[in-house]
Amino acid sequence: MQYLLNHLDGAWALTLIHVRLSLIPVLLGLLIAVPMGALVWRHTALRRLTTLAASIIFTIPSLALFVVLPLIIPTRILDETNVIVALTLYTTALLVRAVPEALDAVPGHVRDAAAAVGYTRIGQLLKVELPLSIPVLTAGLRVVAVTNISMVAVGSVIGIGGLGTWFTEGYQADKSDQIIAGIIAIFVLAVIIDVLILAAGRLVTPWARKTKAAA
Amino acid sequence: MNFLQQALAYIFSAENWSGKAGLGARILEHLQYTGIAVAVSALIAIPIGLVIGHTGRGSFLVVTSVNALRALPTLGILLLGVLLWGLGLLPPTVALTLLGVPPLLAGTYAGIANVDPKVTDAARSMGMSGRQVLTKVEVPNAMPLILGGLRTATLQVVATATVAAYASLGGLGRYLIDGIKVRQFYLALVGALMVTVLALLLDGLLAMVVWASIPGTGRLRGRLPQPLLDDEVRLDAGARGRTPDYSRAGPSPTVEGW
Repeated sequence: MQYLLNHLDGAWALTLIHVRLSLIPVLLGLLIAVPMGALVWRHTALRRLTTLAASIIFTIPSLALFVVLPLIIPTRILDETNVIVALTLYTTALLVRAVPEALDAVPGHVRDAAAAVGYTRIGQLLKVELPLSIPVLTAGLRVVAVTNISMVAVGSVIGIGGLGTWFTEGYQADKSDQIIAGIIAIFVLAVIIDVLILAAGRLVTPWARKTKAAA
Repeated sequence: MNFLQQALAYIFSAENWSGKAGLGARILEHLQYTGIAVAVSALIAIPIGLVIGHTGRGSFLVVTSVNALRALPTLGILLLGVLLWGLGLLPPTVALTLLGVPPLLAGTYAGIANVDPKVTDAARSMGMSGRQVLTKVEVPNAMPLILGGLRTATLQVVATATVAAYASLGGLGRYLIDGIKVRQFYLALVGALMVTVLALLLDGLLAMVVWASIPGTGRLRGRLPQPLLDDEVRLDAGARGRTPDYSRAGPSPTVEGW
C-alpha cells in the first residue's frame, strides 16, 4: 500500500498504458460485433459459421496469440499492436455470439407492434430490437473488459507494458510490496471500469429503470 | 514464416519430446497444474453454488464474489505467492484456483437457480425432501451448466498455467517465456502452438461431456453447447434461462414509448 502511495505518478502512467491496451479492443470489438451480429442474425448458415469461428478464436490462449499474431499480420513480435489486435478478436468473438441471441429474445408482440406503427425492417432493427439487446451487450462488455485488463497484466511476462510490469519488476527485485501495489491497482482499475460500463448501460436504457420502478 | 518452420521442425522432431525437459514432460506438468487447480476450484465452488442456488439465499454474494475474483490479476497472485511461500506447487495452485472459481461458481449457481420452479414444486409435492430435490432433480437438470462452468474454468486455467514458468516452474510456458528471454522466437512459438493445441483438445473433449450431460432427450434436439463465459454473462445480465425474457419487463418495453 505504501509503495502505491509513494509511486502514484508511475502508477498513473502505467494505468494509462494498461487502459489503452485493454479498452481500445473493447471499443473496436463492439464496433465490429454489433453490425456483424445483426447481419448474420437472420441467416442460419452464416450465423452457425460465425458462432463456430468465434468459439475457436475464444479457445486460443491470449498469451499464445500475442506471440503467434506477428506471423499472420505484418507487425513485429512484442509490438503493442499485437495485443490490441488479439484482444479485439476476443471481444468480437464474445459479443458476436451474444448479439443474435439478444435479438432472438425480443418478444414477438414487440416486433409486431413496431411493424404495426410503421417501422421499416431496418428502422425496427436500429430503433427497437438493438436497443432492447443493450442489457445483454452490457453484461458481455463487463466480462470482456475485466478479462482484458487481467490478460494485459499477464502479458507483462513477455514484455508487454502496463501495470503488470510491477509484478515482473517486483518479483525480480524480491519486493512483495510492489507486487501487492500492482494487485491493488489492477483490482481497483477493473472494478472502476466494471462499474462505469454498468452505469453507461443503465444510462442508455432508461425504460428498464422506469419499468422496474413501476413494478 | 521462418519462425513457423523452425517451430514446426522442433515440434516434429522426436528427440525434443523425451527427457525431463522434453515436450512430453512439459505437457504433463502443464496438465498437472491445470488438473490440481481445476479440482480445487470445483471443490470450493460447486458446494457453495449448490447451497446458494438451492436456498436462493446469498445470490448477491455469488454475483459480487464472481466479479471481484475475476478482477484479481492471476500473475500478481502467483508471483506474490512465490515470494511469500517459496517455489513449489502451492503458488500456481492458489493463483489458478482463484481463476477457476468464478466460472464454476457462476455455472453451478445459475444451473441450480434456473431449474424451472414448476419442476421443483412438482418434486416437493411428490414428497421429496429438500436434499432429494437437490440431488435428484436440481443437480441433473443443472448438469449442463455446471459442466459448462467446468469447461470455462479448465480453458482459462490451461491458458494461464503458462505463467507458472515465469516463477521458475515447469509447464509449456517454459518454451514461451524462455524463448522470449533468450530471443529465440521460434521456441516461444513452440510454446504458444502447444498451449493452443492443448486448449483446443481439452475444450473439444469437455464440449462433448457437456453435450452428453443434457438430461432427457434434450441432447438430440438441442443446439450444440455454447462455450465460454456465457454463464457468467448470463449471471451478469441477471437473466434467467438461456436468453433474457423481455416479456417480464412489463408493458410495451419499447424505446421511443418513453
